[in-house]
Amino acid sequence: MTTTGIGASVRRVEDRRFVTGKGQYVDDISRPGQSYAVFVRSPYAHANIKSINTAVASSAPGVLGVFTGADLANDRIGNLICGWAVQSKDGSPMKAGAHPALAQGKVRYVGDHVAVVIGETLAAARDAAELVAVDYEQIPAVVDLARAQESGQPQIHAEAPRNTVYEWHLGDKDAVDKAFAGAKHVTRLEIVNNRLIPNAIEPRAAIGEYDSGTQSYTLYTTSQNPHVARLVLSAFVGIAPEHKLRVVAPDVGGGFGSKIFIYAEETVCLWAARKVGRPVKWTADRTESFLADAHGRDHLTTAELAVDGNGKIVAMRVKTKANLGGYLSTFASSVPTYLYAPLLSGQYDIPAIYCEVDGVYTNTAPVDALRGAGRPEATFVVERLVEVTARQIGMDPAEFRRRNFIQKFPHQTPVIMMYDAGDYGTCLNKALELADYANLGKRKAESAQKGLLRGLGFSAYIEACGIAPSRAVGALGAGVGLWESAEVRVNPVGTVEVLTGSHAHGQGHETTFAQVVSQRLGIPIEQVSIVHGDTDKVQMGMGTYGSRSGAVGASAIFRALDKVIAKAKRVAAACMEVAEDSVDFNDGVFTARGTNKSMGFGEVALQAYVAHKFDPDQIEPGLKESAFYDPKNFTFPSGVHIAEVEVDPETGATRIDRWTAVDDFGTLINPMIVEGQVHGGIAHGVGQALLEGAVYDGNGQLLTASYMDYAMPRADNLPSFTVAMTNTPCPSNPLGVKGCGEAGAIAAPAALINAITDALGHEDVAMPATPMTVWRAAQRARVKQAAE
Amino acid sequence: MTTVTMTVNGRTHRADIEPRTLLVHFLREHLRLTGTHVGCDTSQCGACVVLVNGRGVKSCTRLAVACDGADITTVEGLATGDELHPMQAAFREHHALQCGFCTPGMIMAALDMIARKGTRLDENTIRKELEGNICRCTGYHNIVKAIQAGAAAMTGGVRQAAE
Repeated sequence: MTTTGIGASVRRVEDRRFVTGKGQYVDDISRPGQSYAVFVRSPYAHANIKSINTAVASSAPGVLGVFTGADLANDRIGNLICGWAVQSKDGSPMKAGAHPALAQGKVRYVGDHVAVVIGETLAAARDAAELVAVDYEQIPAVVDLARAQESGQPQIHAEAPRNTVYEWHLGDKDAVDKAFAGAKHVTRLEIVNNRLIPNAIEPRAAIGEYDSGTQSYTLYTTSQNPHVARLVLSAFVGIAPEHKLRVVAPDVGGGFGSKIFIYAEETVCLWAARKVGRPVKWTADRTESFLADAHGRDHLTTAELAVDGNGKIVAMRVKTKANLGGYLSTFASSVPTYLYAPLLSGQYDIPAIYCEVDGVYTNTAPVDALRGAGRPEATFVVERLVEVTARQIGMDPAEFRRRNFIQKFPHQTPVIMMYDAGDYGTCLNKALELADYANLGKRKAESAQKGLLRGLGFSAYIEACGIAPSRAVGALGAGVGLWESAEVRVNPVGTVEVLTGSHAHGQGHETTFAQVVSQRLGIPIEQVSIVHGDTDKVQMGMGTYGSRSGAVGASAIFRALDKVIAKAKRVAAACMEVAEDSVDFNDGVFTARGTNKSMGFGEVALQAYVAHKFDPDQIEPGLKESAFYDPKNFTFPSGVHIAEVEVDPETGATRIDRWTAVDDFGTLINPMIVEGQVHGGIAHGVGQALLEGAVYDGNGQLLTASYMDYAMPRADNLPSFTVAMTNTPCPSNPLGVKGCGEAGAIAAPAALINAITDALGHEDVAMPATPMTVWRAAQRARVKQAAE
Repeated sequence: MTTVTMTVNGRTHRADIEPRTLLVHFLREHLRLTGTHVGCDTSQCGACVVLVNGRGVKSCTRLAVACDGADITTVEGLATGDELHPMQAAFREHHALQCGFCTPGMIMAALDMIARKGTRLDENTIRKELEGNICRCTGYHNIVKAIQAGAAAMTGGVRQAAE
């Protein structure tokens, strides 16, 4: 039995190159003769472009070319797309304005792309970019999401009156209204889900290259899904047909969603490479990342929960305005709709749910998927409602949750989802025990003696990962299928290369996928290599986002391995001169039942290639199989996170004293890696709840455009975490895995805000709960207590 | 152009550079040592930390000419052949990296921490000392563990870090 199979905390294969500085990120790549792109960006949030004068810049020293939106249009380069069509409740299609890679006539957010300067050196391009003269006619900016749809507000896109992209809904309004009318208690919350800036530590980067001999293009890019980039750049933007375009996403330094999208800069570098006849390189500086990476979250929500006299939830009603920014990014439309409202049932048996979502344009950076994408927003709504309801009806919040948990699976929610498996009560019990919930009162008293307020908050989250099946998402408006591909190439010496359409940018696929192979083929992990991130090597794939790579990508590998084993059995049977159905395969050895004959995996691989011992009419030589795997359902990871904090009412400072996470991810391929994903997710969620928040001023200037202004979680903002697992295998894929990359970010914000409000005697606190915000809430609480 | 001479990972380099060249660009572009990364250009994220004469420096805000005559160690200079430096080994053993982009800076910052504070480091000290290094992937949990373990493994071998 191999020790590197499923369930082993194998140390990561990819780490050697990263800890020795040998990783190859896009900015580490230098192409012969490469030139450098610098973008001229709009300093205004909303303006008409009256003219652009590029003459002076074009003749500056070291400049190879200066291009604008007019040049893109002349070359018939298509606009950037939004790949998910969302219908309004009246059946009308979403009202999307054009999204050119370089502005054509109008700019719609600060940082919008107006022109590009290509220079022999970065310094030459930078200097010349300042010489591009743009005559802007400013228009008042629409910045406030709450007021963006009011009549009298400037209209950002001619196609979208009232700056409204769609007015979408889900659920049974009449049933919800009826349930509310008969409810014993109704909780109502106004919720702001704060706007976040993704901040992968590797900035986005691209190198576009054109080979005039073969008339083919190559794009090196920081992408989570190089094949999707190739598809969009070919089929929609129209730079080159797919067989003449290679997209390479090498080592990528974190994505968190922000590197899913097909952006202006990468598109322009590819197109401009042919214009200037040289490779064109661009690497974002951090301010560009803040300005022009797609942001995340940014919801205004009114949420209501209705309960009966027994503490049973009877209905939920949610109305959300979602800020989509100045243009629709690649998957922007789906995030606040189909990735949000279907999660509003949480872990609870809720008979009726109704959710309305308005997608709204504003003069801010485009907003799209960010770690969790819709699910953190839903979980925050559900878990704040549940917590506040429990407090208002005077029930222990753990007990209130337990009373409303879904008990039987499969469970059909009123909002699309069919939960396939889960055991929420066991998870909660384990979390309560690990968090020492029983002694919370004692700890609160100890804190009070120090003048500190201690609070505890729960978050019992659900998420939907491995978004699928393709037919179902197609029916809901998705422009792509959401399967994954795998090709398993067994070499004649028995080593194995696996080509996957998934992409790793921190998840450790080179290790976990190899573990699946190790387990199935009974060979050590050292004999396996994983190939990804190059459209010239991997035929097609959908990439990595939405915690899909285990559930979908590894399942595709699993299926391809089924085929490899089946073929190898036929080869082995022929070699051992026995009937095919008498061959067993275990731990890397083929044995003929009822005989003493056996062959090792490597031996069979060699025989498959030398092809001396079987009839080629019956068995093709070689050992290479592929699979496209389209899941039957989403997977439904769930868990309970418990945050415990100490708040200093004199300063408003919040210290996280302990964090307990109990997650149910089904089968774990590599527990060490899974725990690491949970840690990172929690930190991201703590960032949202305590520290991070994008701030635009009234004119649409981004005030938080550096690490001096935008507070990232640092080591001393966080405790060490207690992480444990329960395990109900997912019945919807062959491995039983569910997905773990986003769980922490989904769970953490509600847990933390529930903890802080518990500490403050239930006074509401907005995210990010900075010391100022918490201090003010503490003062309000003090006044209220004095009045009582 | 200005001439600079530097010893980088034990090898002496002499080069003619533009005076405005930053140390990080000298390392990455002139010497092709791309293990040192640029994450923010403003000396906050720490992906660019290298050791200059044994002390941690953010190479994105240090001019190369200011390091004339200096002894520089980058992440590429830590391993001995195939054998990882104890801090590199600890990062791998404790799963202290995911995407790997901040990792070189974290490892070099850890060595700087040890040079200043010694090899007995408690969790609180490590967390405070990591103020200048941002990681978006790991939540720091395993980085803290790795630095503690790497430091302990270097007891008696601090010499390596200072070199």
